[in-house]
Amino acid sequence: MILLEDVVKTYSSGSPALSGISLNIDAGEFVFIVGDSGSGKSTLIKLLLRELKPTSGRIIVNNTDVTKLRHSRIPKYRRNIGCVFQDFRLLKDRNVYENVAFAQRVISVPGREIKRNVPQVLSTVGLAEKYSSKPKELSGGEQQRVAVARAIINKPPILLADEPTGNLDPKNSWEIMKLLEKINRRGTTVLVVTHNREIVNAMQKRVITMKKGVILADEERGEYIDED
Amino acid sequence: MRISTLGFTLKQGIKSIFRNKIFSLATIATIGSCIFLFGLFYAVMVNFQNIVHQVESGVAVTVFFEPDLPDERIVQIGQEIGQRAEVSKVVYVSAEEAWNEFKDDYLGEYADTFGDDNPLADSANYEIYLNDVAMQEDLVEYLMTVDGISEIHKSANVANTLATANSLVSYVSLAIIFILFAVSIFLISNTVAIGISVRREEIGIMKLIGASDFVVRAPFMLEGMILGLVGAAIPLIVIYFIYNKAIGYVMQEFAVLNSILAFLPVEQIFYTLVPIALILGVGIGFLGSGLTVRRHLRV
Ligand SMILES: Nc1ncnc2c1ncn2[C@@H]1O[C@H](COP(=O)(O)OP(=O)(O)OP(=O)(O)O)[C@@H](O)[C@H]1O
Ligand SMILES: [Mg+2]
Repeated sequence: MILLEDVVKTYSSGSPALSGISLNIDAGEFVFIVGDSGSGKSTLIKLLLRELKPTSGRIIVNNTDVTKLRHSRIPKYRRNIGCVFQDFRLLKDRNVYENVAFAQRVISVPGREIKRNVPQVLSTVGLAEKYSSKPKELSGGEQQRVAVARAIINKPPILLADEPTGNLDPKNSWEIMKLLEKINRRGTTVLVVTHNREIVNAMQKRVITMKKGVILADEERGEYIDED
Repeated sequence: MRISTLGFTLKQGIKSIFRNKIFSLATIATIGSCIFLFGLFYAVMVNFQNIVHQVESGVAVTVFFEPDLPDERIVQIGQEIGQRAEVSKVVYVSAEEAWNEFKDDYLGEYADTFGDDNPLADSANYEIYLNDVAMQEDLVEYLMTVDGISEIHKSANVANTLATANSLVSYVSLAIIFILFAVSIFLISNTVAIGISVRREEIGIMKLIGASDFVVRAPFMLEGMILGLVGAAIPLIVIYFIYNKAIGYVMQEFAVLNSILAFLPVEQIFYTLVPIALILGVGIGFLGSGLTVRRHLRV
């Protein structure tokens, strides 16, 4: 599903953020990506989203060679990938329903289908009752669940989450992780970047540990490796 | 594109207009003044041209004949003049006709005092009408070389003066309008740029979700075009109402000129002005927002 071959990414300034990453993630896997601050995790996510182009190497996602992707094909490509971030990135002037529906509106899903899909996905994330609330009326955990709903409503085969629990308390963090696991069980390939040691160790998933732009460890049922 | 997408895009565009009201208003005001001036110039010019045309189609040159010139020669002269390219029409006016016309125009009821004498016995003439007043001088030069012609009367140079003034007015107004259009485009692109910066986050989300460039850009293009459309519609309405008032005023104040001031009805002017102004307005909006969108929304 996701294949990286010797991927290097150097920002215009300074030393490479990724210096030769190779990895393979199969369809349906649940993978944690952990590592120190600045080790290149977010850079990896951005490369997968084709927000950035690698300096060298090859990235293949869902049979698409991302490195050779034509500019005009990027939007279609991105519809394969749902994404969730630490800061939720909700539209503050719109309610929960509209935030989730937004993801379908911008890719021209017919209104009838949107009306059917949004309540469905809201009940998947456990927010069926809150459809008319504005983001500021929700807790952090609830806001992140709205973001997850928005990320999965178009049924992408891949879900990327960059520190989805970074702004949440332990209880809400657990709820979000359980939600991601539930989505994974339905067949979606899930990649989660996180600093949450407790959850990583408890969930017994594949763990890829990065350090200074390289992969330090990649283990099934891995543990959160602490260098310090 | 689906109807629902179109509706969504339209809603986004209109929302953006209301979200930065002040800039939108300023933009509409500028485009409005621009189109207003344009409409004014246009109305004046079209009327001006109409008047020039009327004057042009009046008699340009009158030629009188030497006394006792044989009729055959007069006919021959008429044919020679009629063959020239700049001449549209040659009309023979006999002495009696000339006298009758003069009586009607200037003497009215006192005409009878002359009895049956025709004081204008030698006043048979050709009235020569031109295709283009600018050619008047050429014709006169030619006429001076023709045998049998005793006198050549040029009509006053009104037409020529008008034609010169006409082109001068056109150039000046074109320059002003051009500057105003440039300002309008600049303002629209600024307004749209603000709309884009306010919605940076939203645009980022749209792109990550996989919205096509078209869907990302269309609301902003639409915003510019709506501003242009409204900016064009308002001055058109204003012009419509003041046009008749202005004509009424001019007609009253300058009653002496009524014979040459042949104003066109507002409907006739609007028949062309409305489409031109609307296309200009929307075009300005399209250009202004297009420039900004290209610069700021590189995906
Ligand atoms: N836009 C950028 N321009 C230049 N350098 C950058 C840019 N973004 C990231 N970097 C650098 O690349 C390296 C990797 O950054 P990255 O954001 O991928 O780290 P990370 O693993 O996500 O860290 P964190 O856990 O703090 O989020 C860092 O040294 C960072 O300074
Ligand atoms: Mg990061």
